[in-house]
Amino acid sequence: MKIRVIRFFAAAALFAPLVAFGQKNSCIECHIQLEDQLKAPAASFSGDIHAQYGLGCKDCHGGNPSQDDIDLAKDKTFKGSPKRGEIPQFCGGCHANASAMRIYNPSLRTDQLSQYWTSRHGQLLKSGDTKAAVCTDCHGVHGVQSAKYPKSLTFPWNIPQTCGRCHADKSLMAGYKIPTDQLEDYKASVHARALFEKKDMSAPVCNSCHGNHGAFPPSVTSVASVCRQCHPSTGELFTKSPHKKAFDDLGVGECEACHGNHKILNPSTAMIGTDDRAVCTQCHEKGSAGFAAAAEFRRELDGFESGFRAAEDLLAQARKKGVEVSDAEFKLQDVSTFLVSAKNLTHGLDKAEIVKAVSEGQEALAGVRASGEKALGEAKFRRQGLAVTTALLALFAVALALKIRQMTRVRRAAESRGGPHP
Amino acid sequence: MAKNIGQSIWKFLDERFMLSGLVAFGKKKTVPEHRRSFWYFFGGICLFLTGIQVATGAMLLLYYTPSIDAAHESVQFIMSGVKFGWLIRSVHSWTANLLIGLLFVHMFSTFFLKAYRKPRELTWITGFLLLVLFMAFGFSGYLLPWNELSYFATRVGTDIAGSLPFIGSWLKSVILGGPEVSQATLSRFFWFHVALLPLAALALIGIHVLLVQTLGMSKPIGERGTKEIPFFPDFLYKDALGWTVILVLVGVLCVFLPWEVGIKADPLASTPLGIKPEWYFTFMFSTLKLIPAHILTFEGEKLAILGFMAGGLLWMLVPFLDRRARRDERSRLFSWIGVALAVYIVTMTVLTYTLPKL
Amino acid sequence: MKRRNFIDTFFWGSLLATIGAFLYPVIRYILPSKTTGAAQNSVTAAKAGELPPNAAKIFKFGSAPAVLVNTAEGTLVALSAVCTHLTCTVRYDGDTGTLFCPCHNGRFDLSGNVLSGPPPRPLETFRVEVSGPDIIVSRKS
Repeated sequence: MKIRVIRFFAAAALFAPLVAFGQKNSCIECHIQLEDQLKAPAASFSGDIHAQYGLGCKDCHGGNPSQDDIDLAKDKTFKGSPKRGEIPQFCGGCHANASAMRIYNPSLRTDQLSQYWTSRHGQLLKSGDTKAAVCTDCHGVHGVQSAKYPKSLTFPWNIPQTCGRCHADKSLMAGYKIPTDQLEDYKASVHARALFEKKDMSAPVCNSCHGNHGAFPPSVTSVASVCRQCHPSTGELFTKSPHKKAFDDLGVGECEACHGNHKILNPSTAMIGTDDRAVCTQCHEKGSAGFAAAAEFRRELDGFESGFRAAEDLLAQARKKGVEVSDAEFKLQDVSTFLVSAKNLTHGLDKAEIVKAVSEGQEALAGVRASGEKALGEAKFRRQGLAVTTALLALFAVALALKIRQMTRVRRAAESRGGPHP
Repeated sequence: MAKNIGQSIWKFLDERFMLSGLVAFGKKKTVPEHRRSFWYFFGGICLFLTGIQVATGAMLLLYYTPSIDAAHESVQFIMSGVKFGWLIRSVHSWTANLLIGLLFVHMFSTFFLKAYRKPRELTWITGFLLLVLFMAFGFSGYLLPWNELSYFATRVGTDIAGSLPFIGSWLKSVILGGPEVSQATLSRFFWFHVALLPLAALALIGIHVLLVQTLGMSKPIGERGTKEIPFFPDFLYKDALGWTVILVLVGVLCVFLPWEVGIKADPLASTPLGIKPEWYFTFMFSTLKLIPAHILTFEGEKLAILGFMAGGLLWMLVPFLDRRARRDERSRLFSWIGVALAVYIVTMTVLTYTLPKL
Repeated sequence: MKRRNFIDTFFWGSLLATIGAFLYPVIRYILPSKTTGAAQNSVTAAKAGELPPNAAKIFKFGSAPAVLVNTAEGTLVALSAVCTHLTCTVRYDGDTGTLFCPCHNGRFDLSGNVLSGPPPRPLETFRVEVSGPDIIVSRKS
């Protein structure tokens, strides 16, 4: 009891400035002295985005924060904390009310709640499953930060972890009949590498393809539209190709069939062709036109790619030998663009186009190769020049040595003959 | 026939330039030969390398542009577009480093041989000032390619100058031509490197070499031998042999380890990790990094900088402080001071590259 | 006598050869070569009248591609064509009057500002001058 009193006065002293400015908040003053779950809201609220807008405990929970007495504070208006199943409506009380939100942030959307009810989470919640995600599961509570800030649970590079908290938890997800390896798969993907290693905030995360408030797995036919958001040229090529109708008729997901959904890896030429690692043989059997086409495309790309690697090596060799090759290296980057473009064209299945792109690339590559050969030639010239000059200098050194020896001999002879040298 | 033409040319020049007097003086010039006379070569090597720097520097002037929009590109062009540009530039950069290294050797060899004794005090003083001058050459020249390393090394270096008490910020803005490293700095460093410092060096080298001519070579204390060899042509041939070896070394370095162009400086980029100045500054740089933040009530760094300046001043005044050497007596104390300084410089330099934290 | 002459000839001969070996690179260095000068800070991108309105042309500026656009209103603008996302080359989209990057759908306006998509920074803009029959693009300093 005594300790409580001391703590109260200490807290009061801490909050004296607040009191002085007339912003008494007895909720925080009491709760900060408690422990664990009762303390947490008070401790984290100062960083909450709602606090920045001047909102406090009473704006969501009701009550009277100017009263120190617990019964007076928790008056008729006090709502307490909502039950899990009621959280969406609780938050939606403000966030789905356009005229209310206009006061604080007119540009913020107010359709999150209606979107939520269309989502799988919302549907499950409506049917009584309280394990389904609600607002606080993704946004946190009492310490909510804007998604623009790196510590927010909804900042792009935190989103996989936020979704994964449930979706990667086997025991939690047991009974829902969906896999739990999505997070692991995603982390191995090229999108995750762009996000986490290259810090490319434009890289897709869970909500980029699944939506956030209206989250639902995309249907087989809509996966492709989702990918086309960032890969429009590939999508266009695919739409014009014979694969589009074939995939649609078969009910096969367009991009997903070959590239996967979560574990999307860096596409390589190994995906095209007729060997085990290629995706073409999933459908095209040996002897079919598709099989032959796959082999041809692979041949074209391989030829180009091996030429590219050879040019890379050539320039690296020249650079190691000390010759400046940065101009050629720039041109090689251009060739790399041709290579990417050629690989992209495989989605269109148009052999003529692919051959055209490859031959344009080969032309550019030839230029780079020529620069590389020239650079190696320069390196050789330098070494030859050094050899010649060193030989001449060595000869001169020998001549000097002979001269010195001769001179010393002459001096010594002169000294022994006639005394000190004049 | 050729001999006759040669003789007439000689006669023509002699009548106008009084060359015979010079030749007579030259013939009299001798160099002592003894156990330690090997060290006499180092002065001449430094002069030879300085000549190479002037020549290659003058040639680089033909294609270099001291503007932040074009400096890096012009160096890139010299390395890749100009015939033998890679060679001229690499020679200039490698020789700069060799020269400064050999200047230290020359300084320490004259120190240990006590060549600074009376009447050669001024030779020592001008020599020390020349060392400082050449390190300034190195510092100013390093910025000129305007690449990432040089930009940040300059920033770090001038920050240190700026931390001097009282005059620090003024000094820093005079060196930089403004509050920070900018176009003004590049123009200023270029002016230092091709005008101010060369003029000062010319004057100091003139005095230094003149003193060597008037006073001759110093002999180590206690050296009794009287053997002397003529400077022209005996010693000169031996000099030339050394120079030939150095030329081969420089050639090999330039072909197998050409100087890199680097990435163009971006003032908005963050300082690269582990940025350090050129090796000949690292002993001071590491001292500043390792010294504790506060010693008694003074800031460690400021104390260290003042220590360097005081140390430099004392070192320069050694000819007047070393009384025993003035009397031509062995001066063990000063020899040990020299050894301590050499060990300190070498240790701190090596530590810069071996300690992970620095 | 003979030995002395040999040494002398050898000495002077090797000295002259060495000097020659050093003079050769110096002379080649000083003589101008055919390659153009250093920093490419300005280039003739096109001829006047080459581009109709609402059309564009990719040209080389320094060591990277740049794009010259003749807008629908008839003004000439030039920008770097290196997309700031992953360095693909952007192209002009006449329908929308924007610069479009085919790799990941990045879009820029003709002042270089990012309109949509992943690019994190705007495109660098250049100065355009019409000098007689030439359209000259140069870096803004």
